[in-house]
Amino acid sequence: MAPLTRSTQPPGLCGWGRTHLPGAEIRGENLARLSEGRPLSRGLGRSYGDASLLASPDAVAVNTTLADRLLSFDESTGLLRAEAGLCLAELNRLFLPRLWFTPVTPGTKFVTLGGMVASDVHGKNHHVSGTFGRHVESLLVRTGRGVVVECSRTEHPDLFFATLGGMGLTGHILEVSVRMVRIPSTWMVSETHRVESLDELLALLDEKGKTWPYTAAWADTVTRGKGRGRGILFLGRWAEPHEAPPEVSKGGLSIPMPFDLPSGLLNRFTIRVFNELVYRSHFGKTRRKVVSPDQVFYPLDWVRNWNRAYGSRGVTQHQSVVNKATGREALLEMMGVLEKFGAASFLTVIKDCGEQGEGLLSFPKPGISLALDVPMLDRSKEMIHELNEIVLRHSGRIYLTKDGMTTPEDFRKMDDRIDAFLEVKRRWDPDFEFRSAQSARLFGIGG
Amino acid sequence: MGRAVSRRLAERGDRLFLLGIDAKELERSAADLTLRGKDRDPVGFAECDLEDPACFEQALSLADAHLGGFDTVIVTAALFGTGERLEEDTVFAHRLLVANFANTIAFCELARKRLLSRGGGTLCVFSSVAGDRGRKPVFIYGASKAGLSTYLEGLDHRFRSEGLVTVCVKPGFVKTQMTAGLKPPPFAGEPDQVAALVVRAIDKGTPVVYAPRAWALVMFVIRALPRFIMRKVGF
Repeated sequence: MAPLTRSTQPPGLCGWGRTHLPGAEIRGENLARLSEGRPLSRGLGRSYGDASLLASPDAVAVNTTLADRLLSFDESTGLLRAEAGLCLAELNRLFLPRLWFTPVTPGTKFVTLGGMVASDVHGKNHHVSGTFGRHVESLLVRTGRGVVVECSRTEHPDLFFATLGGMGLTGHILEVSVRMVRIPSTWMVSETHRVESLDELLALLDEKGKTWPYTAAWADTVTRGKGRGRGILFLGRWAEPHEAPPEVSKGGLSIPMPFDLPSGLLNRFTIRVFNELVYRSHFGKTRRKVVSPDQVFYPLDWVRNWNRAYGSRGVTQHQSVVNKATGREALLEMMGVLEKFGAASFLTVIKDCGEQGEGLLSFPKPGISLALDVPMLDRSKEMIHELNEIVLRHSGRIYLTKDGMTTPEDFRKMDDRIDAFLEVKRRWDPDFEFRSAQSARLFGIGG
Repeated sequence: MGRAVSRRLAERGDRLFLLGIDAKELERSAADLTLRGKDRDPVGFAECDLEDPACFEQALSLADAHLGGFDTVIVTAALFGTGERLEEDTVFAHRLLVANFANTIAFCELARKRLLSRGGGTLCVFSSVAGDRGRKPVFIYGASKAGLSTYLEGLDHRFRSEGLVTVCVKPGFVKTQMTAGLKPPPFAGEPDQVAALVVRAIDKGTPVVYAPRAWALVMFVIRALPRFIMRKVGF
């Protein structure tokens, strides 16, 4: 293994929102060996905040992306076993033409299997299929003191459930077994509806969710008055063979964003203009077409490094799930907070969530999820705190994968499963070897 | 890089046999390639250590048996060490020189004899830009590769007319396990990018391939620099 040189330019590691902390990462093909004595694994770094960043400046994370082999696949059950560094984009590329797909996909395909487990990702089909963890059969994890364990619902279930959504804090995920799903064709039927108001959006989301497996909505959170919360509802389902073209669908072309846009280019005014354009570009009320899965699942991936649009200051994301009954009020209150701070969310996604994930720290639970993308401001921390207060008032919680600024006090109030998680962590990682900047901030581990 | 190249070959339907030092790792790599393969053809493997020439003949025989006679041999194995380590550790330096130069050539000789006996084939070997000129940070590693590159060039001159196609791959800095932890310079390549170039070179029979391609120009310039400048610079 080549010796490590700490690169000083750019120093450290970055979250997707451009949160930046000192540290270094090492990568290699033998994950089991490489992860020995290291505090954290890191995949493709799509967590927005500090979840994949290191707690101390001298620490070295393990980049898993070279440990990406397929190990076995059972054609009769769809059970796939692979190394944790395998990228979803690659998995889709290999299996889509064979008519198999991941049971749950998040909003980007540039994530690793390990990352998907650690965040217990959810997708547009959460209301029917739950989180990724529900479809995971077993995991191979390097826990504290070098103990490598195969865990599942029947073998060391405590470790298994703590690792799903556990943000890498129970150890290094080395291998993942997940049940893939059979799909009828490589194409999808997509339907989009323009909605005039938040009420219409929520009502339609609810109604369509009964018949469509993939649903989500984009909302305009800047416009005030009657049009507040208007947007576009996105629906998707796999196309049956007779509905689909005979050839295999092609992945979307992607272009790299070559440079950072100036910070501040995305502000309340420009975002309002952008929202208007997007809303108006949807001619007519309803549109239906047959498209490639990339267009349904990964509209953002077509510009790689799209996070550069936020400039070097970056973005802060806030994703929460709140009680369904008072969801509408919660959303309106959050929009009010954004307005108060002069902030605007460039990309707002609303999703109805189904069953709670099995992972001890798993994010989704029944209710409405709201994801806000806000260019980083000076008062972002204050704003996040106020948003969190709303979340608390509506019995909700936040998504750790997006989080970089929530205070430990606020987080504690949101989640009553924390003690159970920490107990399992203490059992499997008695020396608290595994820690991230996020764990230092939220649990006092590693800081 | 071997992994990236073998994946490309498997996905387009080529049948493969792997040689390497760790049987467990070979098994996992073989499983990965079999699953990716166009026809799911089982990929075979056998242990073979570049530092142990006694195992070469048998390994090649096993490959021949599994594939019914191979037509292409790709050598990606090598030892690597940083300049500091090689300058300090004479024993390791010697091991590296033997493995990368003498043993690799010994292996190539056995491989090329088999290929020639069946009318020809392709021998693709990974050398390095480090062999293009003696340079401060890599003079020992570079020496091992310089010798290898010269052998490959001579081999090409000698046997191309008899059907043996020699492809010498010269990677510049590529971000792989071998270089993990080192700070990448400009023009650093990704394994998949290099793999695409290599597979195309194998298909076309290109005798020398720089990967990424920019390195051809970089090395052209470096080779042209006068000695007194080479003594001054750090690269």
